[in-house]
Amino acid sequence: MSQHSTGFTFMFATGICVVCGALVASAAVQLKDRQTENKILDQQKQVLEVSGLVESAKSVKPAEAKQLFADNIEAHVIDLKTGKLVDGVDAVSFDQQKAKKDPAVSTEAPPNSAKVKRLPNQAKVYHLMKDGKVSAVVLPIEGYGLWSTLYGFLALDADTKTIRGITFYEHGETPGLGGEVDNALWKAKWPGRKAFDDAWKPAIEVKKGAHGPPEKDPYAIDALSGATITSNGVTNLVHFWLGEDGFGPYLADFRKTHK
Amino acid sequence: MDKKAKSALIDPLFNNNPIALQVLGICSALAVTTKMETAVVMSLALTAVLVLSNLTISLIRDWIPSSIRIIVQLTIIASLVILADQVLKAFVFDVAKQLSVFVGLIITNCIVMGRAEAFAMANRPFLSIIDGLGNSLGYSMVLIIVAFFRELLGSGKLFGVTILPVVTEGGWYNPNGLMVMSPSAFFLIGLGIWALRAWKTDQVEEN
Repeated sequence: MSQHSTGFTFMFATGICVVCGALVASAAVQLKDRQTENKILDQQKQVLEVSGLVESAKSVKPAEAKQLFADNIEAHVIDLKTGKLVDGVDAVSFDQQKAKKDPAVSTEAPPNSAKVKRLPNQAKVYHLMKDGKVSAVVLPIEGYGLWSTLYGFLALDADTKTIRGITFYEHGETPGLGGEVDNALWKAKWPGRKAFDDAWKPAIEVKKGAHGPPEKDPYAIDALSGATITSNGVTNLVHFWLGEDGFGPYLADFRKTHK
Repeated sequence: MDKKAKSALIDPLFNNNPIALQVLGICSALAVTTKMETAVVMSLALTAVLVLSNLTISLIRDWIPSSIRIIVQLTIIASLVILADQVLKAFVFDVAKQLSVFVGLIITNCIVMGRAEAFAMANRPFLSIIDGLGNSLGYSMVLIIVAFFRELLGSGKLFGVTILPVVTEGGWYNPNGLMVMSPSAFFLIGLGIWALRAWKTDQVEEN
């Protein structure tokens, strides 16, 4: 068959497609387990960091992180509307981001300033256990900053009012400006401050100006310089997830059942 | 190594640099050079893709029907890029997260297609590998130089290790905010091209 005939061209194209397709597919299948493990481990490290068990998610070793997580953290799936724990769902493999995209198990979010578009029916929370009691709850948070959606975790003490820590593990904000949301020194301003006021309304706010220690300024976090919109975004997303459409019902239920 | 192979390896560094002279692959040079770590991983990913695509295309160059050669090249490059992306996600997850879409965008990096069409289609496999290596080195060199200045001046660090302690972390260095934004890569590449053409005057375009 001539190299310039239509038949050869078709055959050649088919051959290339089959070979390349097989290559890509087998690589994807071969590496999938490793990738999923990486993803889960990454989340676990973030949870460890935000609950204060390790100093930084980046420096902790995989084996150590797994051990610490297994010893201290319990994952739970909750119903976002009622706030009750859901039984019969494997919390370890439950993927909230996937659930959010599946129209069968998610709904459109009501208009909100955090620009959250869809809400999953069920969400994943973590309990930090100490001596058989819950010592902190870790909530996944997300919302829009200046350029991108920020994804992170917020940890609250068992009183659900005092902040234990905050972290952002994925964002596309300007490095050096809004990207400083993952600066350890800025994140260190959060612990000890109060997320809610006495009437259980979300009160914590990121705003301009140096603020005093948590006892003096319990509701204010110094904003990031040069990143007003990212700072406002953080306030908005924290308020949204602490509010009625977010984890409000869950936290109310938690306070009732964990007195 | 014969003369042809040597020039295929060395020429793309200074005499025929893909970024500085041909001005290809600028998009990723702007996006992944805020830190040394991402620049190095991106360079390695591009090297792998470029060398393998040159090799594959050179091996089958005599059979590729010329009517569909561009799409054949594209299919091969795209498969290699997906492969690179999957490997990065499996083995260096943290860096893969930072590179995000830019690994996938190697497909659109003109250097890869350019070398496939201009060199691998007409040369022996060995020479094509050398050419791929040389061009990746030229690309990597520019990327790493740009990232060196951007990370050092923009955040006072190199490979995430503090070199100049910045004010926000209690040091004395006031970082240059422009360096972390994409335009600074343009300025740095521009200055680099200026320096290169002052040295090698034959690269200056005639008016």
